[in-house]
Amino acid sequence: MGWIGETVDSIKSIKIRQLLTQAITLGMIVTSALIIWKTLMCVTGTESPVVVVLSESMEPGFQRGDVLFLHMTKEPIRAGEIVVFNVDGRDIPIVHRAIKVHERQNTGHVDVLTKGDNNDVDDIGLYADGQFWLHRQHIMGRAIGFLPYVGWMTIIMSEKPIVKYILIGALGLLVITSKD
Amino acid sequence: MHSFGYRANALLTFAVTILAFICAIASFSDNFSNQTPSAQIQILNINWFQKQPHGNDEVSLTLNITADLQSLFTWNTKQVFAFVAAEYKTSQNSLNQVSLWDAIIGEKEHAKFWIQISNKYRFIDQGHNLRGKDFNLTLHWHVMPKTGKMFADKIVMSGYRLPDAYR
Repeated sequence: MGWIGETVDSIKSIKIRQLLTQAITLGMIVTSALIIWKTLMCVTGTESPVVVVLSESMEPGFQRGDVLFLHMTKEPIRAGEIVVFNVDGRDIPIVHRAIKVHERQNTGHVDVLTKGDNNDVDDIGLYADGQFWLHRQHIMGRAIGFLPYVGWMTIIMSEKPIVKYILIGALGLLVITSKD
Repeated sequence: MHSFGYRANALLTFAVTILAFICAIASFSDNFSNQTPSAQIQILNINWFQKQPHGNDEVSLTLNITADLQSLFTWNTKQVFAFVAAEYKTSQNSLNQVSLWDAIIGEKEHAKFWIQISNKYRFIDQGHNLRGKDFNLTLHWHVMPKTGKMFADKIVMSGYRLPDAYR
């Protein structure tokens, strides 16, 4: 009960200048996180330099909750590379391996067929109707590095939104009640 | 400055930093491993070689694959993904890579193997250019680490040729 009393007292005693300083500090933290994220996007050449593995189609190599670091260069896709792609009309990125590559003479256009390591069939069933190959514009990046388990926070927060709200609420309370 | 909250925060930050540092070092140590993989592939038989109704050539082969990939395993290796791809050029395509067989090797003991199988994935061309075609069989491997950077390499074996006529 004493803690609640203290919290109410500290909320009552906030002055305007202190509030503004705290708001600016918060804004700085959020902005620098955004700057780091955008810089990463530039350096790695992809729109999402880090993805979380959501399905079991690449087990035992990648489990659900693992984090993949992506990189995209002008080099054409080659067989065996692990690519992350979006199918037209669906917004969940898929992480699978390229098993067939056909590169055209002269134009350098590349047709790619992918398959998850743990799947029995290739991904033709996942592509859009009438699409048999992936092209460069579908591919977001190549996986070049990996960290296990780190992605579970993201999965928990997206599957149980209540956790997200509790976390943001607690952080907000902490910011308001801290004296510095 | 000495409340529980501050101490817990400092401890957590320190723990995460040390963890990230250890993961980076583990990944970096993979650069120092001495890797000497070896492989041999033999085509035992061309089972059949047809032009399919959709106009593309397809061939079915029986392969004999011998490989020793044990030296690729380090303490930071989770698995090695090995696959054999047929690589060839046609007048339309500057490069074709068709994966014929793959395997996930989870342990060092299984990395030295001999296997005789027909192709796991269909060897279909874009077009009908395969008659009399010279091609390479390449054994690729992708090492997936326990943490950190993944790396890949390959051994190219050339000198294979498809028959001049369908059968």
